[in-house]
Amino acid sequence: MKIKLLNIAHGRSGDKGDAANIGIIAYDDKGFEKIKKELTTEKVKKHFEGICFGEVERFELPNIRALNFLLHNTLGGGGTVSLKHDAQGKTLAAALLRMEIDS
Amino acid sequence: MKEKIKIASGQGFWGDLIDAPYNQVTKGDVDYLVMDYLAEVTMSILQKQKNKNPKLGYAKDIPELMKRILPICKEKNIKVITNGGGVNPIACAESVVEVAKNLGIKNLKIAVVLGDDIKGRIDDIIFKGCELNNMDTGDSIIPIKEKLLSANVYFGAFPIVEGLQKGADIVITGRTTDTGLTLAPMIYEFGWKENDFDLLSAGTIAGHILECGAQSSGGNFLGDWQTIPNMAEIGFPIAEAYPNGEFIITKHPNTGGKVSFATVAEQLVYEIGDPKMYITPDCVADFTTIKLEDLGNDRVRVYDIKGKPATESYKVSCSYESGYSAFASLTYSWPQALTKAKAADQILRKRLENLNLKFEEIRTEFVGYNSCHGPLSNENDEDKINEIMLRIGVRSNDYNSVERFGKEIAPLILTGPPSVTGFAGGRPKPSEVVAYWPALIPKTLVKPEVKLIEL
Repeated sequence: MKIKLLNIAHGRSGDKGDAANIGIIAYDDKGFEKIKKELTTEKVKKHFEGICFGEVERFELPNIRALNFLLHNTLGGGGTVSLKHDAQGKTLAAALLRMEIDS
Repeated sequence: MKEKIKIASGQGFWGDLIDAPYNQVTKGDVDYLVMDYLAEVTMSILQKQKNKNPKLGYAKDIPELMKRILPICKEKNIKVITNGGGVNPIACAESVVEVAKNLGIKNLKIAVVLGDDIKGRIDDIIFKGCELNNMDTGDSIIPIKEKLLSANVYFGAFPIVEGLQKGADIVITGRTTDTGLTLAPMIYEFGWKENDFDLLSAGTIAGHILECGAQSSGGNFLGDWQTIPNMAEIGFPIAEAYPNGEFIITKHPNTGGKVSFATVAEQLVYEIGDPKMYITPDCVADFTTIKLEDLGNDRVRVYDIKGKPATESYKVSCSYESGYSAFASLTYSWPQALTKAKAADQILRKRLENLNLKFEEIRTEFVGYNSCHGPLSNENDEDKINEIMLRIGVRSNDYNSVERFGKEIAPLILTGPPSVTGFAGGRPKPSEVVAYWPALIPKTLVKPEVKLIEL
């Protein structure tokens, strides 16, 4: 059965120049094991096809059951250069939480 | 040495809740009020203001705010630390002196941190062998140096500490790291040293939690956000800090919002890169060592933080002119709202093409459909879409092209698809695009200077 990532995690996103940062935090230890397994850089890159045009980097923060992703070349130039409605990637954490994973 | 100090966050950015700092100094006891006003874009805006009037270039909210809180801070001995001095911290301090005089306040000491503004020294710095290479692309700054609007070094906590040691009631800085504002009072009160990297990292992480205001006390919380109580009267975060580097994140009683493991954790992952390498001028903090304990009642204990020595460089934030942009929007209603908006976009693009205008980018988004999540957006049955806002942005080095784009929007109402509204406020005007240039500079090439102004 598939579930939405939204059901087992929350998070926050923002900008670092033209890169977006997306932090995803699991609600419990079981959820953290699941996101560590499911949220590979390849899957995240594929999920953001047409949004992220650069490399995806992944970092682990097991102490707070979190993963942090840097999505390069994602914000249309960043800052005031970007023409995007969401130029700072504020809604991209929610966009990642749309992902469906095995329950 | 004090056993603990309470540091209150008063602003998460320039434009945050006006009453937040007032509430922080009146709704409970605190020792320090720290306020971050500077985003990357802010410095260029302030530089433009200073170019027009040498007495401007700082956060104009500060004198207004000081009128309200200075008597309270003097009475309760609350020290104020802010980077709202922008590109003109001296003028900012003078405006506060003026306020204090009008209020009849005496014995006021304001420390001003200077030396971060290197815009006038670029040639000298290049001559000394530092070409301020772009941290993302590696390119030298030389080709864009004539277009620079601002160039500022990020200083850390220690210049602020020097100001506090000189007896300052208020410390006003230019480009200081957001985290340094919170770390400085801990160094000063607890006697931490420049090589106490674990302690400096702890204070830095406290700063990271406070620097975006209510984002750690229930604001912009993506967890179960509907359970956050009374967001209308949200309390801003307070760090209750101890000499051993432990601190508790909390907020004043009888305020809205919530401080919990989850609200603090969300702020911890905000705008970070490699969590083991959170680089500041003061230390390199390791976010993977942080331990969080939810004590209940809006108190979260943060402890066991480890860090590493600071690097040999300061970060530099430069901004430069990079052409013009303009935005326009029109709203289309049911039926076929999305189809109409897409048709209007095609008509507009054809007209722009026929006019031979030059654009680096034209971007179309459909608000109500895909402007946030792009290709991830659900395909809806169009009959269920009530309305769509067409949003178009253009960017060009050619001012005339951007200006002409602005003249092509309103005509779409009478010469395009039907049931369209929402055009107000006249033709969109070109605005200057400010691009951002991050670089590093050896610490030996810049020296912070602390000046004391006494009343």
